[in-house]
Amino acid sequence: MGSALPQIDLPQQKKVAQALRAFLPERCVLWQEEDTRPYECDGLTAYRRLPMVVALPETDEQVQRILRTCHALGVPVVPRGAGTGLSGGALPPGDGVLLSLAKFMRVLRIDPLARVAVVQPGVRNAAISDVVAPFGLYYAPDPSSQIACSIGGNVAENSGGVHCLKYGLTVHNVLRVKGYTMQGEAVDFGSEALDAPGYDLLALAIGSEGLLAVTTEVTVKLLPRPEMARVVMASFDNLEKAGDAVAAVIAAGIIPAGLEMMDKPATLAVEQFVHAGYDLEAAAILLCESDGSAAEVEDEIARVKEVFTRAGATRTTVSRDEAERLRFWSGRKAAFPAMGRISPDYYCMDGTVPRKRIGEVLNFIGTMEKKYGLRCPNVFHAGDGNLHPLILFDANDADQLKRTEEFAAEVLLKCIAVGGTITGEHGVGVEKIGQMCMQFGAAELEMFHAVKRVFDPKGLLNPGKGVPTLSRCAEFGRMHVHAGKLRHPDLPRF
Amino acid sequence: MEPEFSKAFSDQIRAAAAERRALRIRGGGTKDFYGNEARGELLDTRSCCGVVDYEPTELVITARCGTLLAELHEVLFKQGQFLPFEPPGFGPGATLGGCVAAGLSGPRRASAGALRDFILGARIVDGRGQLLAFGGQVMKNVAGYDVSRLLAGSLGTLGLILEVSLKVLPRPVSEQTLTLELPQAKALESMNRWAGLPLPISASAWRDGELSVRLSGAQSAIRAAAQKLAGETVAAAQAQQFWDGVREQTDAFFAADAPLWRLSLPSNAPVVDLPGAQLVEWGGALRWLKSGADAATVRAAAARAGGHAVLFRANEKPAGAFAPLPPELARLHRELKQTFDPAGILNPGRLYPEF
Repeated sequence: MGSALPQIDLPQQKKVAQALRAFLPERCVLWQEEDTRPYECDGLTAYRRLPMVVALPETDEQVQRILRTCHALGVPVVPRGAGTGLSGGALPPGDGVLLSLAKFMRVLRIDPLARVAVVQPGVRNAAISDVVAPFGLYYAPDPSSQIACSIGGNVAENSGGVHCLKYGLTVHNVLRVKGYTMQGEAVDFGSEALDAPGYDLLALAIGSEGLLAVTTEVTVKLLPRPEMARVVMASFDNLEKAGDAVAAVIAAGIIPAGLEMMDKPATLAVEQFVHAGYDLEAAAILLCESDGSAAEVEDEIARVKEVFTRAGATRTTVSRDEAERLRFWSGRKAAFPAMGRISPDYYCMDGTVPRKRIGEVLNFIGTMEKKYGLRCPNVFHAGDGNLHPLILFDANDADQLKRTEEFAAEVLLKCIAVGGTITGEHGVGVEKIGQMCMQFGAAELEMFHAVKRVFDPKGLLNPGKGVPTLSRCAEFGRMHVHAGKLRHPDLPRF
Repeated sequence: MEPEFSKAFSDQIRAAAAERRALRIRGGGTKDFYGNEARGELLDTRSCCGVVDYEPTELVITARCGTLLAELHEVLFKQGQFLPFEPPGFGPGATLGGCVAAGLSGPRRASAGALRDFILGARIVDGRGQLLAFGGQVMKNVAGYDVSRLLAGSLGTLGLILEVSLKVLPRPVSEQTLTLELPQAKALESMNRWAGLPLPISASAWRDGELSVRLSGAQSAIRAAAQKLAGETVAAAQAQQFWDGVREQTDAFFAADAPLWRLSLPSNAPVVDLPGAQLVEWGGALRWLKSGADAATVRAAAARAGGHAVLFRANEKPAGAFAPLPPELARLHRELKQTFDPAGILNPGRLYPEF
């Protein structure tokens, strides 16, 4: 983690800033350090780099010209939304332009009858639901950063949230994305119909971490707001029982609107922060939300309660009203900031594992806590097996930082080993690029690079993110030994 | 360990690539009619079959391409689960590989999502004969580009789909179908309005002045919704037959010689003013049109309405099955094809004549 600040090439900076100033007003081009400093990192603050130039376009045409200009000059471009990403996907280029879409803040059109909203990429996730609320509609994906994160960033990362078990990820809730390739070519993926002719380029663009195109317009699908929602909060005296209870809910044929777990250290940390009334004795707490009509919710809540009791819950509480429901969720939603109160720094992981392996992986994390001498509370999307272990550390202590990195790397390897993935919703960015070498073979990585070249032949858009080069994988050192053989026997080793 | 057939397919494709010999990838052949005409030497996928992994509590099933869709339905049914996108089979021989390659979804699409929404991962052999694995078997996975979803509807032009992992869901506890007498414009308006309310509508179909609506979910929710919609309840067996007929196109509407067009439009697009009979699905977002109108006219009408038109079934498709792409998307398509299949041997011309 952390990288030495590169020296800005001043003559190059001047040249690029001037080229952009030829068509952008003064307020749209930043290059002085006090102006560019706020853009040095995204939500993953362990990685910082000062951008050479920051561009803040206000129109589609300006985006297109910025891209054309940079393409012609061979200057890298990194797109940025609200900068809340947790994998360093918006880490600026020290030798290029950070392209902020922050000024693309307008809701362009709402069609309540067709249940779509057309918005600019800088519109905040939660703002979409707010603006369509008068029509009884909402936008379903709700990442925990939803009050701050932008829809453009959600598209780049294929963001999820606490309700995606039932309502899906960004890819399931976006109908159309318009934008520009690195060459400045206008592209339009998907449509307001439910499909478009040819290959599903919309699926390819969503979750591509800003490596294939820059998004300037997003059409989202809106859903009718359920009549009501209630939450069952259940306590368990060990992690495995809680893990098994998650599988038991699914086995009972229930797809809850949300199914989240917090372990004891996480509960303790958040309780002092939000006073939600969590059971501080429980080894794990499950929060299970049911939504729909009053009758439906009543049926489902009763079934969930029964499943939890049979799975050995020591206590179950059902939210009585909306205020209590929100209070039950408040701790889960505030988990990350709460960690910031009990530790100088925390490092959030994002592996996804098959549900049946949750207990095993949590126990493995417990072993790693002892091995590395670092605490690691867990709050996560249990329903879809998406873990968010939070390693607590002090970034000012170089040894702790190193131990944190090694801890995280072991956990991600474990996720791969049990048939999961290194990232469920936060993206690869710069952070997990090494682990990509373990999750994919050389042939797949080569294919990813080839796909990238189709959209960006010069490799100028968000370079160095998402997909590692094969030489980087060789340098990464930890070679993937599979069935006694190296995974990439054809690669040179250093 | 790679099973024998993966290696055999890989060898066959590598050899064909070396000689630039076109291969026609085919499972049960139930969708031979779909897309543009297939050409090349037959590559039959049916030997590569069987469910590889299925654990109901994981909500994931992994099966090989030659697995019969009917077998998949049966395996899932036994565990109280199903494929929520209700894929059409168009015949008993339909396979999983063909289903994914065609990318078609059935009546439940508007509420549950499309086939592509349920793809979690895939293993393919590309046009060089390389075995590649994308995605995985977990619900959430953003590592690498989403190549597995790209395969949905690619008609085998990017690679031979060896194995697919799909998200599955519990079957609805109960279902009820209602019918209402409504002209098309009124039906479109009603379907759109209802879709904006929290009603458990899982399918809709309008034809000949009659709108059929299927409700799925908890009995309490269905009862309340049925009251609200105030339609005639259809007997369960008859309802099943009706939705099967719409999905499999065995319904009387589809029995005619006129070319069948599939218009995918925004759900609230007005009634399409073209000669011929129409059947509307997906809350208004899918319009089937039996019409002798020329391709340019139908495509222009679909484009004006904000969607696109596919010539789904016809004796001849001189203007191609699919709507032409704008130049920048056509370039991306050609280059993606080139990336996955540099020799251009996998189902050439099946999707678009130029590749």
